[in-house]
Amino acid sequence: MKAQEHTLSPSGSPAEGKELHKTTHCKTTYYSSTNHTTNTPPNPEKKIRAPHRSHLYNNRKKRHTLLFVGLSVLLILLFAVDLTIGSADITLRDVWAALTGGECSAIHRQIILHIRLLKALTALLAGAALAASGLQMQTLFRNPLAGPYVLGLSSGASLGVALFLLGAPLLGVAHHSIVQSLGIAGAAWIGSALVLFIVMAVSRRIKDIMVILILGMMLGSGISSVVEMLQYLSDESALKSFVIWTMGSLGEVTSEQMQLLVPTILAGLLLSIASIKPLNLLLLGEHYARTMGLNILRARRLIFVSTILLAGTCTAFCGPIGFIGLAVPHLARMLFASADHRTLMPASMLIGALLLVGCDLLTKSFAFPINTVTALLGIPVVIVVVLRNRNFF
Amino acid sequence: MSIRLHQLTLGYGSRLLLDHITAELPDGQLTALLGRNGTGKSTLLRAIAGLGPIRSGEIRLCDQELTGLTAQQRARTISFVTTDKVRIANLTCEEVVALGRAPYTDWIGRLNDEDRRIVRRALQLTGMESFGHKTMDTLSDGECQRIMIARALAQDTPIVLLDEPTAFLDLPNRYELGTLLRRLAHHEGKCIVFSTHDLDVALSLCDSVALIDPPTLHHLPTEAMVHSGHIERLFTGDGLHFDPDSRSVRAAKE
Repeated sequence: MKAQEHTLSPSGSPAEGKELHKTTHCKTTYYSSTNHTTNTPPNPEKKIRAPHRSHLYNNRKKRHTLLFVGLSVLLILLFAVDLTIGSADITLRDVWAALTGGECSAIHRQIILHIRLLKALTALLAGAALAASGLQMQTLFRNPLAGPYVLGLSSGASLGVALFLLGAPLLGVAHHSIVQSLGIAGAAWIGSALVLFIVMAVSRRIKDIMVILILGMMLGSGISSVVEMLQYLSDESALKSFVIWTMGSLGEVTSEQMQLLVPTILAGLLLSIASIKPLNLLLLGEHYARTMGLNILRARRLIFVSTILLAGTCTAFCGPIGFIGLAVPHLARMLFASADHRTLMPASMLIGALLLVGCDLLTKSFAFPINTVTALLGIPVVIVVVLRNRNFF
Repeated sequence: MSIRLHQLTLGYGSRLLLDHITAELPDGQLTALLGRNGTGKSTLLRAIAGLGPIRSGEIRLCDQELTGLTAQQRARTISFVTTDKVRIANLTCEEVVALGRAPYTDWIGRLNDEDRRIVRRALQLTGMESFGHKTMDTLSDGECQRIMIARALAQDTPIVLLDEPTAFLDLPNRYELGTLLRRLAHHEGKCIVFSTHDLDVALSLCDSVALIDPPTLHHLPTEAMVHSGHIERLFTGDGLHFDPDSRSVRAAKE
């Protein structure tokens, strides 16, 4: 194969910048991984300067930085307020002392570290997790209304947990706390993985986004009915622990469960960060993504595992929480006016954490179940998205 | 040869579309792929791009067997402009073109100066410099198509395939797009193949024409194709005929 080099003038454009890159034809030396294989122009005296960034670009970047800083500050503030508010009257000084290991009463220390901090941390992680998995689902299915709750992942997790909680007493392992929390998590992962597997398999054959949504909802409703039937068949104490679980609460997480929840959610979040480039390529659709070098099977597997870890674990320990996964990615799109997952992923995590910590504050002050608050926050966002009817994919 | 098809057989289900076809497409040439609906134009392009299955035979890209290439190697050899519409709110043209650099960038897709220069040049070559910061949902069909071509250029591959790039475009836009592809093939030395139903664009702008005459493929230089009689055969029995001298389709004389 002959190597050709052309300097080309695009339809009478000025001479500068013509030799930018040379196409060396059928160059068959491939470079193994991530390094750049750009050829330096052989005539360096004609080298043009790197394109300067325009005003628009700079404004956008400035806006993003401001938003990230603002949201982070807000999150820290809300987190701090969340620690100071609760049914017990504890002064700010005592809160600080408990956190830093200073002088304060043992009861107060217990309340701050083992109740409030635990709950606030759970809210923070669960919010980030649900938002990240929602963003992944929306891009993967190219569906602005997708999310772990809507697609039935939470229901699948519920079925797993129901089978475990209602069935475990029969096996005699129910009251061993570590076995129980592992069992709940495992059952939730398997349940949500099963649902996601079905939805993904169908979406490969049927491209209609409405079909996928309806399938997810039907799966969710069907599973809920099965769970209710199971409740009728189970004994009283098992039923009680399950009913408590279904109410969905950030405050039921024990410190033993935290030892499982924190690493799995962090692993899921790391995997979702690793899925940023595949998600960006998938924005243009699967065919484009594949011709740009995306290994589609590997990408699907990555997103699958990440979402199961995130949505499954959240549902296992906090119960089914709706709307965060669906609404938060849209809030991120609106605020940041971006479709790039390098911006959307961290933004969604931040906003998700912020919202759920905020919800926790509200539920504490008024003793509402968490799902009622997330629904009221999420529904307006969904309505705006539907009414605007813009193309996100 | 950039693309070499050897005894290639394609089909789906029980349908055989192309049977043991052999063709060679050199670089620096613009080739139009003609054929009636459902004769396998898209299937052939997809197979060459590595997106579709091959029944038997071989596709070689730049003297490498297609099936032997990794996804990343393939992405550095061939780029594809599909018929998929990309109309995403909040996604700027520059970001779309920059996605073409994906086979060269790191795990999170960071661009270096060279990447940015290539993206800018791709926008220049397609005449879309001023559109860099517009979002995809504000573009017309023709502009959208140009951005997707710029994205393929940014991918910096010796081979570019396009599936019906002129569909949905108005008449002047079709010829402008054809001229753009011709210029890119000749000046950049790329092997560009596009499927089309635009007989006139194909005959007046392309160096060679590949015509699917099921289940075979005829690939000839444009001049030879015009006088080969293959194009006439497309129209037999429809009350229309192809006139090689004027290179146009006319109603058959009563």
